[in-house]
Amino acid sequence: MNNFSYSRPEDLNSALGELTKREGAKFIAGGTNLLDLMKENIERPSHLIDINHLGLNTIEATADGGLRLGALVTNADTAYHENVVTHYPLLSQAILAGASAQLRNMATNGGNLFQRTRCYYFYDLATPCNKREPGSGCGALRGYNRIHAILGTSDQNSETACIATHPSDMCVALAALEAVVRVTGPAGERIIPFADFHRLPGNEPWRDNTINPGELVTAIDLPPKGFSTNFAYIKLRDRTSYAFALVSVAVALEIENNRILDARVALGGVAHKPWRKPEVEATLIGQPVSEANFQAVAEALIDGAKGYGHNTFKIELAKRAIVRALQQAAKLEPTA
Amino acid sequence: MQTILSSETGARSQNVLPEKRSITLTINGLVHKLELAPWTTLLDALREYLQLTGTKKGCDHGQCGACTVLVDGKRINSCLTLAVMKEGSEITTIEGLANENGLHPLQTAFIEHDAYQCGYCTPGQICSAIGMINEGHAKTLQDIRELMSGNICRCGAYSNIVDALQEVMKIDSNETV
Ligand SMILES: Cc1cc2nc3c(=O)[nH]c(=O)nc-3n(C[C@H](O)[C@H](O)[C@H](O)COP(=O)(O)OP(=O)(O)OC[C@H]3O[C@@H](n4cnc5c(N)ncnc54)[C@H](O)[C@@H]3O)c2cc1C
Ligand code: SF4
Ligand code: FES
Ligand code: FES
Repeated sequence: MNNFSYSRPEDLNSALGELTKREGAKFIAGGTNLLDLMKENIERPSHLIDINHLGLNTIEATADGGLRLGALVTNADTAYHENVVTHYPLLSQAILAGASAQLRNMATNGGNLFQRTRCYYFYDLATPCNKREPGSGCGALRGYNRIHAILGTSDQNSETACIATHPSDMCVALAALEAVVRVTGPAGERIIPFADFHRLPGNEPWRDNTINPGELVTAIDLPPKGFSTNFAYIKLRDRTSYAFALVSVAVALEIENNRILDARVALGGVAHKPWRKPEVEATLIGQPVSEANFQAVAEALIDGAKGYGHNTFKIELAKRAIVRALQQAAKLEPTA
Repeated sequence: MQTILSSETGARSQNVLPEKRSITLTINGLVHKLELAPWTTLLDALREYLQLTGTKKGCDHGQCGACTVLVDGKRINSCLTLAVMKEGSEITTIEGLANENGLHPLQTAFIEHDAYQCGYCTPGQICSAIGMINEGHAKTLQDIRELMSGNICRCGAYSNIVDALQEVMKIDSNETV
């Protein structure tokens, strides 16, 4: 880990001011991703700004009937918050499927959005990686890529190739719930719809998200609709707990008299961001709950998927997981 | 802790070490004043500067739970937090559990159930278990297994660890698993 200085501002403006003033400075929240990367010399900040004392650590109801999750509330406090458990159980389950109890007590809602990929080559300074070192190549493309993406990858040009996944569980649920990220920075406040917060690698695999330099996430807003009756989060991984997802699925349905009124399906572990296709979800609307309909949706969501060898199994696994999650959310007994 | 001076960052133009800071930590009820560099993790502060070596370093990356301590009653991985970030908090380590009346009930239960082999993960397991009991979400043996998954035991003493916790938490042993 490199040497750095540290400060602990007590208001938002000082924190933002320090970030622009000090070259190479970074915010630190729970520290569970940043310190890990610093120990590997992948992140080398000159200064850390501790943002835990800015008063962004509350969960409050919003005027429109939704819920505002402070960026510095821990993942554990969010998952066990009464309002989240009752109205947004999908989010609660997704958070509790991630990391360990100790890590969830440290990890914050803001930090969770920014966590970087767990790609082994990104972590290994001895190997090429376009995300870590633009233009150096992608170690995973022809390397060991069991945990890597099957959708939305960039693999055409070796200078910008990246097949990394975003590792978060929480973000998969936030994508399905259509949360909104509140950001503040030198240019003032702005809100980012969740689907636009993370990005696909494209020609700039080093950019994980659409945040601008100098900006800070202050909160995540949940819309009023929580899908608390028909929802499911399925996470498939190499061991039952304390492991990242190979494939995960968040499903949120609204059903009346066996007809689907609204449907959301978000996938984790398969792309550089939580994967959704609203046009495919829309094909379920007005349809009866049925396994055949769910299978068609699974095919359409995974359409165009590409395997890179070790991760090719994810294509079939994702389809089956989607069908199972839809059945579970619709309370339909699986036939197989 | 390693202190590698990187020439590539650009962010660091001079090779001057940032000054050590005066840090006050409250550990097991005692107030300690220390001069620490900002990059000292809480784990290294405990082990290298306070000789509280009960807390173990397994992986140093949040992947094993050996470094688990309680901060304001909540379990965390001390390897992934900076000591300076925990000023003003009450920190409890394995050394702080026994009192004049003897061992903590969990320590006794671990001994009675032979809930370890080499013992390296044990301080983390016990601190984690106290955190889990404080959280109040574990009602079944299955809950215990899931909520203790952040503590790896390479000796594989898991079944005896669960037995020890079950006894202290008075969870019905007839539950089918
Ligand atoms: C062993 C291990 C297993 C894990 N398993 C899982 C898992 O299964 N599922 C899962 O989802 N996650 C998992 N995680 C990841 C964990 O959830 C993240 O590390 C955590 O959410 C990051 O939050 P933090 O507050 O600790 O962020 P930090 O490490 O403090 O910060 C991360 C980055 O975000 C920036 N940042 C933080 N907050 C803000 C803000 N408000 N505004 C702007 N920038 C900000 C920081 O500058 C930094 O660059 C695991 C982590 C570990 C170590
Ligand atoms: S997949 Fe992306 S993160 Fe991994 S080595 Fe390739 S470029 Fe780097
Ligand atoms: S030493 Fe902290 S989790 Fe392994
Ligand atoms: S007793 Fe040896 S690691 Fe758990």
